[in-house]
Amino acid sequence: MIELKPLSPATGLLPLDIGGVTLREAEMAALTLIAPYMGREAQLTEALEAAHGLGWPQAGETSASGAARLIWFGRKQAVLVGAAASAKLAAHAALTDQSDAWSCVVLEGAGARDVLARLAPLDMRDVAFPVGATARTEVFHMACSITRIEAQSWQIMGFRSMAKTLVHDLQVAMEGVAARAKPALT
Amino acid sequence: MRIACPLCGERDSREFSYKGHALALERPAEDAGVAAWDDYLHNRDNPAGLTQELWFHDMGCASWLVAERNTVTHEFGAVRLAEDVKGAKP
Amino acid sequence: MRLAGKGLINRNKRVRFCFDGRDYEGFEGDTLASALLANGVTLMARSFKYHRPRGVLTAGSEEPNALVTVGKGSSQDPNVRATVQEIYEGLEAVSQNRWPSLDFDVMAVNDLGAPFLGAGFYYKTFMWPKAFWEKLYEPVIRRAAGLGAISGAPIEDKYERAFAHCDVLVIGSGPTGLMAALTAAEAGADVLLAEEDSALGGRLLSESGEIDGIPARDWAAAMAEKLAGMDNVRLMTRTSVTGAYDGGTYGALERVAHHRPLAKGLPKECFWRIAAKRTVLAAGALERPVAFQNNDRPGVMMASALRAYVNRWNVAPGQKIALFGNNDSIHDVAADLLAAGVHIAALIDSRAEATCALDVPFYAGAQVCGTDGRKQLEAVSIARASGVEKVLVDCLGMSGGWNPTLHLTCHMNGRPEWREEIAAFVPKVGMVPGLMAAGACNGAFSTAACLGEGVGAAQAACEALGLEAKAPKLPSAENRPYRIAPLWAVAGKGRAWLDFQNDVTVKDVKQAAVENFRSVEHMKRYTTQGMATDQGKNSNVQALAVLADATGRGIPETGTTTYRPPFTPVAIAAMAAGAADKGFAPERFTTSHRLTVAANAPQIEAGLWYRPSYFPAKGETTWRQSCDREVGYVRQAVGICDVSTLGKIDIKGKDAGAFLDFLYTNMFSTLKVGRVRYGLMLREDGHVMDDGTTARLADDHFVMTTTTAAAGEVMKHMEFVSQGLRPDMDMRFASVTEQWAQFAVAGPKARALLNEVLDSPIDGESWPFMACGPVKLGGVDGRLFRISFSGEHAYEVAVPARYGESLFATLKARAEALGGGVYGMEALNVLRIEKGFITHAEIHGRVTAFDIGMQGMLSKKKDFIGKAAAQRAGLLEEDREMLVGLKPLGAVKQLMAGAHLYNAGAEPVRQSNQGYITSVGFSPTLGTYLGLGFLRGGRARHGETVQMVDHVRGVATTCEVCHPVFLDPEGERSRD
Repeated sequence: MIELKPLSPATGLLPLDIGGVTLREAEMAALTLIAPYMGREAQLTEALEAAHGLGWPQAGETSASGAARLIWFGRKQAVLVGAAASAKLAAHAALTDQSDAWSCVVLEGAGARDVLARLAPLDMRDVAFPVGATARTEVFHMACSITRIEAQSWQIMGFRSMAKTLVHDLQVAMEGVAARAKPALT
Repeated sequence: MRIACPLCGERDSREFSYKGHALALERPAEDAGVAAWDDYLHNRDNPAGLTQELWFHDMGCASWLVAERNTVTHEFGAVRLAEDVKGAKP
Repeated sequence: MRLAGKGLINRNKRVRFCFDGRDYEGFEGDTLASALLANGVTLMARSFKYHRPRGVLTAGSEEPNALVTVGKGSSQDPNVRATVQEIYEGLEAVSQNRWPSLDFDVMAVNDLGAPFLGAGFYYKTFMWPKAFWEKLYEPVIRRAAGLGAISGAPIEDKYERAFAHCDVLVIGSGPTGLMAALTAAEAGADVLLAEEDSALGGRLLSESGEIDGIPARDWAAAMAEKLAGMDNVRLMTRTSVTGAYDGGTYGALERVAHHRPLAKGLPKECFWRIAAKRTVLAAGALERPVAFQNNDRPGVMMASALRAYVNRWNVAPGQKIALFGNNDSIHDVAADLLAAGVHIAALIDSRAEATCALDVPFYAGAQVCGTDGRKQLEAVSIARASGVEKVLVDCLGMSGGWNPTLHLTCHMNGRPEWREEIAAFVPKVGMVPGLMAAGACNGAFSTAACLGEGVGAAQAACEALGLEAKAPKLPSAENRPYRIAPLWAVAGKGRAWLDFQNDVTVKDVKQAAVENFRSVEHMKRYTTQGMATDQGKNSNVQALAVLADATGRGIPETGTTTYRPPFTPVAIAAMAAGAADKGFAPERFTTSHRLTVAANAPQIEAGLWYRPSYFPAKGETTWRQSCDREVGYVRQAVGICDVSTLGKIDIKGKDAGAFLDFLYTNMFSTLKVGRVRYGLMLREDGHVMDDGTTARLADDHFVMTTTTAAAGEVMKHMEFVSQGLRPDMDMRFASVTEQWAQFAVAGPKARALLNEVLDSPIDGESWPFMACGPVKLGGVDGRLFRISFSGEHAYEVAVPARYGESLFATLKARAEALGGGVYGMEALNVLRIEKGFITHAEIHGRVTAFDIGMQGMLSKKKDFIGKAAAQRAGLLEEDREMLVGLKPLGAVKQLMAGAHLYNAGAEPVRQSNQGYITSVGFSPTLGTYLGLGFLRGGRARHGETVQMVDHVRGVATTCEVCHPVFLDPEGERSRD
């Protein structure tokens, strides 16, 4: 039998620490896209509650229970992170394994929001985007998911194949924010 | 330009792409005849004023939207999910 | 000359800088303009067309004259306004549009030719012969008339872009803006205050009045401090709001590093896109010049600029100063100059009834009708009823009144209205939805009125946001009426400048009217009035007033030209911020990328993906050698290729089959579980959109593949069909392109190789051609498809992407051990051409199923996207261009993709075109070039000889038309 060695999407690219803002790769967790079938939302919610203790998130929201999080992921779909999806959900929703499809990075620090403001056209003020909020939006040229996991901690998910570009774009923005923070040299 | 996605809220228009008039939702039957298909595929009004158009939130939630827009002022009116607009019809 | 007094410069901090190669010294807080004036430098530029010597006209971003180039090499910025450029230690600036030097400019000879160079000169003169325009006239004129130049070197500086969101955007921080920001912020609104200057305060920084009993400048500083301390206020200085766009979106340019040396990582500029729910425009007003003979001499400047240089920067721009104007503000300027100890030689007020409270030589009812001097003003001529008097001065401050800075209100096509009592255009309400103009930009010119309007506009904004804004006690401030008697151009001979930057004079505008360019838009284009980088900020209103007079109309009927973004110039680099080099587009890499790079495979782009072109082996000197070898792997042993870039879409649910039936021309609901079928997808207009295989993994589970290039488009199409056409279908789909790393294993030894890596072996019976199903590799769950894009016995094996690199390495090593190896895109292309398999080179958007010979795949049993339109008679005609194979004949033996086809013996011109070649490859298997292409009525022409001509690369040959499948037409190899 052959042996296959796993690699994370951002292998060799992270972590970064620039001017007090850090960027690291989140641990490779199970990601399951859950998309309810027609008219099955109520049953799905019930099954989710029973199996994972999670409610179905409204648009732009996340729900969490222990290590498991359910992140709204676009129209009529959410992604279950940090727990293997119960097989019982399959009767009510299309379950698609996405564990290897996304590059998942975490941007942290006082200037993290300023960094993201250089890349995403999203309103990330506290009133519009509190802790727990999530959005599908643009990160420079890429379609991504942004979730505010703590006040100064943001999770960004981009296509696995674009991990290098995601890190590049974030790094450029981090450098710009960090350079401004320094006093002028005059 | 900013578009109020019914799911995501108001977003910069850069997140959306445009398809054309919402007539595209009203696909004729297979045997509707040449004239009906010609109209569906090619013929559109060009109003100076309100129009219903299709936008796709491709950098966002992947919803197809039917948006009312004033072609003179670029002001948006109601923005609805295409599936709701379609679902509301027989 | 530097004055005593307390301006906004830091006298404890000297700053050295360089202009035109000479070293100077200024103080921290100086602009380049103020520092040069302090050093006695008044000649700062040459004019655009006549190369007239020019000094600084203004003290702000509207400056038309004093444009300089800052920096060197790829970092040099042309056309920087010296009035905006702050000095810093080591700043280097040079003047522009002069040769060999600013002081002695050869092209100043243009000025002598001025009588011939008026409006329309170029249009009338450089007409004939026609060919001369591009080759001779334009290059010469461009060199003679011009602005600064960019280096031409690739840009190395960093530019940035960013987004901001706020409840209330306040544009401008004079008394109006400060009050608006405070009022809105105290009501709880998120406020963003944008100010183009380096400090908050607007005109208060340059004037001498009091607010609430303290110097206005101190009041502004206190307000700025208060605002800075509020959490819901964001202050952005050095930020010009450049455009108002739909839906409360504003563009703004922040000058991040123009006032300091560039540090690593620091962007030079940042272009902001601001989304504001409500906006208060508090942009103030700009003073306008008066046109009179030779009013462009260095030393002639705006009265308000003179006041700013004296008060803010403690610089006297001259020793003997005259002031000339038609309104009260020149008296205020005179008072400030006297207080600063500057000698006033004449105060000239065009209004006959004007009085003067100051102890200065006063000329009421008088006008400046000319000036003396060349590189420096030496005297002004003052015309009165009693005659003309010459007064020796070295500086003149002029004021023709004030124009509200209403530009942004007009960016959405609104037109301002004329207000007679202030002789100025003012914005109308609602020209930009959600934006309210207040203060001087709204025609309110007293400080008290500005403070009040700032509060009012903020209250209105807050009310619209559902916030209650209390009315603060208004600070006390001057509240004098604004008195003006219009004066646009002083009568007399000689040239009187309107547009200083484009060298447009009163005479030019009158000439335009004479030649019947009477519309203001026509006059503008004929004379180039207002078309320079200042966009007519200093001149448009006077020019249209002159045009109104010349055409016997009023100013309101004459109207304004269109105001367009940007308000101040924005570098293209700022607009394109971040999009150079790696920021141009995302790069998509397969999981095998690192290994293909390590194998020295040149990469080619396929959409955003990077794929290996070929894998050079030792001793190979051309790509063809590698490609031929790799084709051989597949035809004779086994080849491995990463095919992960193909779009993969999982479709689940009870209507999944029905949905596919509707998407594809052929049936999928009848496909058995564990089998794969090729599908053809049309657009609704009946043309081919995409093709690919779809596998049925379970009753309610399909996995579709798309071509690499069309993956995004197909996904969007599926969303449209599912949401917009058939929301009644109960199924869901998700892209799994990124989830699975997928590799083609192709060739006679494919099964042997697979049986080395699969946990359980397969055989021909359990895995016939077009079978699919789950497999395990090293304990990992994978998917196996027996499909072939090479015509050989082949499979595609997929594993979760984390294992992709590892599996690729394993497959590569085992293939090599079996006499095969990895192959790249070149070999893949040859393999599929040999088999006549199409790609987007063939299905390029203008071909139908009929054209590619797949009309048999259009099911008659069901409706599908594109079915009705595909039946149109014109799409089924026998003389349409149809897919054919082509082989070269004769001596040349080479086919060229993109070449056109002509009948044998026909002249190879457009009219006789018979088709074109889409794909070409050299087949080592058949020992010849092979081509796929489209030929009129091609299916009936197999065996015919046609000529191929590549007009671009100059290659021509004859070739034989044949069936597009060159190899194994029965498909036996893939089935064995």
